[in-house]
Amino acid sequence: MTTKTTVLNLTEEEFVHPGNRACSGCGLSIIYRTALKALGRDTILVVPPSCLTVLQGLYPIASTQLPCLNVTFASTAAAATGVLGALRAQGREHTTVAAWAGDGGTADIGLQALSGACERGEDFIFFCYDNEAYMNTGVQRSGTTPRHVLTTTTPISGKPQKNKDVPAIMAAHGLDYIATASASYPIDLYDKTVKAKTFTGPRYFHIHTPCPAGWGFPANLSVKIGRLAVETGLFDLYEIEHGRFRLTGKSAKMLGKKRPPVADYFKTQARFKALSDAHIEAVQQEVDEKWERYEKAGVPADA
Amino acid sequence: MHIIESGNVAAALGVKLAEAAVIAAYPITPQTPLTEKLSELVDAGEMKAQYIPVESEHSALAVCIAASSTGSRTFTATSANGLLYMTEQLNWAAGARLPIVMCVVNRGIGAPWTVWNDHQDSISQRDTGWIQLYACDHQQIIDSVIKAFALAETVSIPVMVCYDGYILSHTYMPFELPDPEQVRAFLPDFSPQYALDPTCPKNLNTVTLPDIRPDVRNETAPGYMEIRHNLHTDMRKSLDVIGDIENRFKTVFGRNGDPFIEPYRTDDAEYVAVCMGSLSYHLRDVIDKLREDGVSVGVAGLRVYRPFPDKAVAEAFSGKKGLIVFEKALSYGYQGALFADIKAALYGCAERPFVKNYILGLGGREIKTTELAEALRDSCRPGSETSDASEWIGLKM
Repeated sequence: MTTKTTVLNLTEEEFVHPGNRACSGCGLSIIYRTALKALGRDTILVVPPSCLTVLQGLYPIASTQLPCLNVTFASTAAAATGVLGALRAQGREHTTVAAWAGDGGTADIGLQALSGACERGEDFIFFCYDNEAYMNTGVQRSGTTPRHVLTTTTPISGKPQKNKDVPAIMAAHGLDYIATASASYPIDLYDKTVKAKTFTGPRYFHIHTPCPAGWGFPANLSVKIGRLAVETGLFDLYEIEHGRFRLTGKSAKMLGKKRPPVADYFKTQARFKALSDAHIEAVQQEVDEKWERYEKAGVPADA
Repeated sequence: MHIIESGNVAAALGVKLAEAAVIAAYPITPQTPLTEKLSELVDAGEMKAQYIPVESEHSALAVCIAASSTGSRTFTATSANGLLYMTEQLNWAAGARLPIVMCVVNRGIGAPWTVWNDHQDSISQRDTGWIQLYACDHQQIIDSVIKAFALAETVSIPVMVCYDGYILSHTYMPFELPDPEQVRAFLPDFSPQYALDPTCPKNLNTVTLPDIRPDVRNETAPGYMEIRHNLHTDMRKSLDVIGDIENRFKTVFGRNGDPFIEPYRTDDAEYVAVCMGSLSYHLRDVIDKLREDGVSVGVAGLRVYRPFPDKAVAEAFSGKKGLIVFEKALSYGYQGALFADIKAALYGCAERPFVKNYILGLGGREIKTTELAEALRDSCRPGSETSDASEWIGLKM
């Protein structure tokens, strides 16, 4: 039995230095700091243009204390493949290769390269930090922006379409380890990252990442809002390990319990202003049906 | 040892001899036999390399960029639309100063679809910051691949080795297979100035501001504009390196040529036909016939297009009466790109020849010896250049 991870026994070694260029309240700054502690020093990072490019700093100063290759938008997973190829050629397979992309860099422009790399079975961990729009370019809609959300390219009526389910797309590739996580539950992310390192082949993380500037809420509420997304049953924490789905952490504890209404989450953010009562009711129904399926299927949950 | 193989296999054997460690490629006609051969060599254990069958050309170059940044010698190959799909990555590779070598098996670009040869693919990528070499036969293909790695790794600039689709890629010719020990003597192991390494972390290709900025030790680092200036300056300097490598190649292998311009019967010629790739060897037959008929003409094949060997061009052609530039590509709305470059290189010459331009062979249109002879007979006389506009050979309209 291993010791339960808490903030008290996390490594004190920091790989993301303070004074970086993230916005205040940035969900990414929480998960990047935490996951890098789990990845450890023997890691090479691959990053496409995204908020993370800015967070890491402007040449010649960098806040990240791990080697990092900045690559073109569409090529993240292919570039991770190239790093791995060179490491194999040089007998340096002990080094972990971790790619970090936003939702656009993963679900939209980066999807082809990611799919190709997963099909080839490349031995990397891919982290998608999903802030549900193109935040770095100023809040344009992406493939993971939820329905009815206001962005600068869906400015009045909100986005008409549903968001795509990227973990399900990854699951269709037959990956051995897929996990969701939330910036509001960093220890859960830490433990899952440590676990992911025990697998080989492509591993995928989809991380719900609150963004005060893009979502329209005060910067001191990031953690609270991320928790609400999980507590209302909108965003679920789970693992898909060798094809087996399992709720984890807070989501696992919610089975059989009453959830707060999704309206509680929607009213905290300016981006949901276009939602009518009917819209909210429809989303509530979708969430209720999803959780009914979990209950009926007897989805296993960790303790 | 002399062997008889296709141009694509000549290229593959060059990559094997150069001991590329990471190879990534996506199939496109007429490049495919080259990558098939490399995958076979790796699968058979005859070549110790990582062969990565990617899902696109964009990813092929992404793999090379990342593997090169991690300190391995890398190779890829493509043609036509595949090269265009790489355009973003071509610029990235050059900007990041990575010594990647790529064969471009020249093919026309769609739309409409064509699989046949012209030079529009590589010429259209002229300003991506890559060195472009053009081969005329199979010996030049295999030798150029080996020389390209030496060149790329000396100047930290990626190199394209371009050769004509089908005309060279799918035809068989005898050529000398370089001895592996001699290749090792010529081409030392790749030892990059920096590589991604957790024991010495660096953040590569970060956002760079318009102005220079001090680092944490208060030492001034170059800004974007300085980085661009360095690439340009090193590209110009690489003209000298190309010459040095040609000399060193001769010392080791006993064969070489003019690194920039391959002349044929130009010394005593009043007029010179100029082109790139296999067409220059095709033109040799035409020149021989015209010489018999008393036309004072030779042919020069340009082997380097970027950096442009402007001094070599000016020296070679100053004092000639006329140059006739044959091109399998053009800059739409103006004229052949090589034509414009040659005119610019000659601008400062006191004895400047007239320069004419013929566009031919686009999308694999057959280039007939009789048509070349007719164009040269018509052009190799004083006052034949009545207009700066490009003329087209073989156009049926």
